Amino acid sequence: MTQHRVLLAALLTACATGTVWAQKSTAEGIAEYRAMLADGNPSDLFEAKGEGLWQQKRGPKNASLEQCDLGKGPGVVKGAFVELPRYFADTQRVQDMESRLLTCMETLQGFNAAEIARTPFGRAEQVNMTALAAFVSAGSRGMKFNLPNNTVQEKTMYEVGKRVFFARSGTHDFSCASCHAEDNKRIRLQDLPNLTKNPGAGNGFGAWPAYRVSNGQMWGMQLRLNDCYRQQRFPYPLFGSDATIALGLYLGVNGKGGESIAPAIKR
Amino acid sequence: MPTRRKALQHSATVASLLAVTGLFPGIALAFNAKAFEAKNLGDALKALGAGAPVESKDVTVTGPDIAENGAVVPLGASTTLAGVKQLLILVEKNPNALVAMFNVTDSVDANIATRAKMGQSSDVYAVAVLADGRALFARKEVKVTLGGCGG
Amino acid sequence: MGDPMRIRAQAAGSNATVRVLMAHEMETGQRKDAAGKTIPAWHITNVSATHNGKPVLSAEWGPAVAKNPFLQFTVKGAKAGDKIAVSWKDNKGDTRTDEATVT
Repeated sequence: MTQHRVLLAALLTACATGTVWAQKSTAEGIAEYRAMLADGNPSDLFEAKGEGLWQQKRGPKNASLEQCDLGKGPGVVKGAFVELPRYFADTQRVQDMESRLLTCMETLQGFNAAEIARTPFGRAEQVNMTALAAFVSAGSRGMKFNLPNNTVQEKTMYEVGKRVFFARSGTHDFSCASCHAEDNKRIRLQDLPNLTKNPGAGNGFGAWPAYRVSNGQMWGMQLRLNDCYRQQRFPYPLFGSDATIALGLYLGVNGKGGESIAPAIKR
Repeated sequence: MPTRRKALQHSATVASLLAVTGLFPGIALAFNAKAFEAKNLGDALKALGAGAPVESKDVTVTGPDIAENGAVVPLGASTTLAGVKQLLILVEKNPNALVAMFNVTDSVDANIATRAKMGQSSDVYAVAVLADGRALFARKEVKVTLGGCGG
Repeated sequence: MGDPMRIRAQAAGSNATVRVLMAHEMETGQRKDAAGKTIPAWHITNVSATHNGKPVLSAEWGPAVAKNPFLQFTVKGAKAGDKIAVSWKDNKGDTRTDEATVT
């Protein structure tokens, strides 16, 4: 009887102070939080820095990146991100945005690509690489993914990407598919996009580079994949490695028609 | 003087020098360390020389009900009252309660928004300090949760 | 001199809504590094804003303001073409001022 009265008192108090039980679902609350953050995205700071770096004469050759060919011709940034990864005849490789930026930094500016690839994220030229990635991705903001995927090399890399995606490995037998091959999966409060098809693939691929509020860092797709590898207890993937590019191509092709929101803001 | 205004408009360097040397009239570049070390709303207001806080419907605190990550929580303070001198944002359960203090002039709306770090779920306060020293507040609970591994 | 801010000032009726993104670590002084040493506090302590050179807002910030801080306020009587300047100073004495035109 006393317990009943206590519960009743608690309910009345709750109503009196204006709180209503189960007024808003957690998912709605999180959605509201994300909407509040969308205006005023610190990615803008990195995008601005990247734009400056694109135009600035740097490196041993004291040249800018304004002649860099990201797949749509020298210097064309608009729409380049939503067509990457793609095959490049000059390097005879399928390349993603970050490895292509690295190629340009070497050929146009004279930087040592291998050294930058070995540099940990967040240090030295990798910091500039991230800012450049934010800038280049911003050039395709709101555009739809449309990777050409029409050469033998690209089609092969797509199949490689699919194999890598589904391959179980490491100490825990994880694969990308463990988390990202089914609809409606989540880890705690994080929804896990199904990356094998749209809308998950387009949403997942088009959200990086992104500013992560949880650590205040700007992450490109290379770092995003690197961190997935870490979580799966896989060995450290090399920056711009074929495996990471193949995965990017797999996601980008699966995400065809999806809208790019990069550079985005994430938890 | 038009010349001084033009100088400010055309030279960010001049503006920054003026800001640092405190030549903006009426705005001291002090930092009230005591207020920022206060552990609760009452102590922070005491350090600012304001009165004891009174809850008021004329003050509003804006923020999400639940923040996915405590590192960045959008919080705002506003009031419809006239004669507001300062707007404060406080997070009760933070190591130090006072997050930010805004000196409001007649030239801006008494409505400021920023983003704060919250160590844990906590009550959040918006306080309006009036010219006569009265302090009026609104309070809201903001839940903070850490999400999963991805995203 | 700190890194550049992004300032957007949009006319809305007879006022202008100003949104600022500042680049700053806002280190609380509560964190420890891998060796167990406390990372010293490093944060913006003062912010001020002017409208066509006239001071309109100032603020004191503690370390609990989020990293890469966001600030939004509304300037009364500001119209397209007016200048909004925002300055900050941190506890190490570093400063930054940027300006934007109301659109």
